[in-house]
Amino acid sequence: MDLFINLAINGIATGMLIFLIACGLTLIFGLMDVLNFAHGGIFAWGAFVGVWGYSVTQNFLISIVLAVIAGLLIGLITEYLIIRPVYGNHIQQILITLGFMLVLSEFIKVVFGPNILAAQKPPFLQDYWLVGDVTIIKYRAFTIVVGFIIFVAIMAVLKYTKIGLIVRAGVMDKEMIQALGVNIRLVFIGVFMVGSALAALGGALFAPSSGVAYAEMGMEFGIFAFIVVIIGGMGSVPGSLIAALLVGLSNVFMAYYVPSLAMAVTMILMFLVLIFRPEGLFKVSGVSNK
Amino acid sequence: MTNTLLKLEQINTYIDQFHILQNVNFEVKSGEVTVLLGRNGAGKTTTLRSIMGLNSALSGQIVYKDEDITKLPAYKIAKKGIGYVPEDQGIFYDLTVGENMRVGMRQEDEATKDRMEWVLELFPDLKKFWKKPGGQLSGGQKQMLSIARSYVNDNDLLLIDEPSKGLAPVIVEKVIESIEKMKEKTTVVLVEQNFYMASRLGDSFFILDDGMTVHQGDMKELRENEELKRKYLGIA
Repeated sequence: MDLFINLAINGIATGMLIFLIACGLTLIFGLMDVLNFAHGGIFAWGAFVGVWGYSVTQNFLISIVLAVIAGLLIGLITEYLIIRPVYGNHIQQILITLGFMLVLSEFIKVVFGPNILAAQKPPFLQDYWLVGDVTIIKYRAFTIVVGFIIFVAIMAVLKYTKIGLIVRAGVMDKEMIQALGVNIRLVFIGVFMVGSALAALGGALFAPSSGVAYAEMGMEFGIFAFIVVIIGGMGSVPGSLIAALLVGLSNVFMAYYVPSLAMAVTMILMFLVLIFRPEGLFKVSGVSNK
Repeated sequence: MTNTLLKLEQINTYIDQFHILQNVNFEVKSGEVTVLLGRNGAGKTTTLRSIMGLNSALSGQIVYKDEDITKLPAYKIAKKGIGYVPEDQGIFYDLTVGENMRVGMRQEDEATKDRMEWVLELFPDLKKFWKKPGGQLSGGQKQMLSIARSYVNDNDLLLIDEPSKGLAPVIVEKVIESIEKMKEKTTVVLVEQNFYMASRLGDSFFILDDGMTVHQGDMKELRENEELKRKYLGIA
């Protein structure tokens, strides 16, 4: 039972980190209809900026803030230079964002050097709690709490604020929201920047958890995030959370019990969803007659 | 003497390679209900979409309150005080009635709240189903929500596309009554195939045929002109 709880905590923590990348991606896809394969690159940049920031300042909070700022800036540049010319064309989006993903990864090596960086946890999160026979690693509990707070915050913004309503309405019908007087381009930029900042936050939290930051981590986690978005339903934040937790838990359990199938289980989950519920676990409705 | 609020001059609009509007001209006078009539595919919806900037005209000029709005994006046109009720009603299915109304508000000031109260008195059903998702409303309720949402802002012109489409006669009557009350406060361009509704509400009319303006005049004239009705509207 202790093992089960430990694995479950580990799986939820992994799921929360994947959720941080996927929730930005799902909003970007849902609202902007953009397939952004460069998203993982921003996750990797968040990891490196976080590690660098912590090594320089020795302040974990400042390192996280720096990573988030880096995410916002890279998001702004990506939307303006890379995405804007290819709105409405999925093939071009895939090609250019995949290319930009490689540029982001290689540029990490230019700025931070070609080697893997060791990432440290802050001292107050290095320890663990012993609850009965269950060992709860503080950093994992921390990522779960942060992921949950981010989820609640996003849902609250989407549900209770005007800008949240506009984003939800924009996911359903971009044309109608413009006819109501909303500059959808500005909303696009905002959502893209926030989505990128969340990916960077995910990267900054992931690196201390795994102990390393490496340039290729963006591609690896970017693919995970896409799978989560497909499973959860494109445009659905709760869908992304549930799917990320499913992927995180199934990965951790399979990695322990049947290690050779750890990666395959994610793919199997995606195939099952595509076969039985192609619109994802949580479908976002459209507008009347559309 | 009524002033011209909106004027379309030689408007040409394409959708992909199709030349939909061909030198369309018409004028809308302040305080009137102008009805756009014509058979299916005549270009009525495209005309409204061109005014709204959703299918921008390739050539010609759309002048609203003496300002050229032809090439403006839709959101800027909406901010100039033009409300749009599309043919498919444009209700956001996952948003509640209240959220659909709020997302349509350009400002949330006292004047908007007053208009909201007025419009909710006009459509009491909306108050009743305030927390219900838009996707769960009946066809008539969706139409009322769409019209109400367009009125909640300080719009001087409403573009309403086939509000009677797919509605039961009793609901059509309610929609007519609501637009009758709205026309006391705002100018309306109404696209309508239901001649009963068009003749009840309209002050003037324009007939489109194959993307061209083929006839215009006072609604009274059209009511009495059987030949015109038969030729362009298919009404015997």
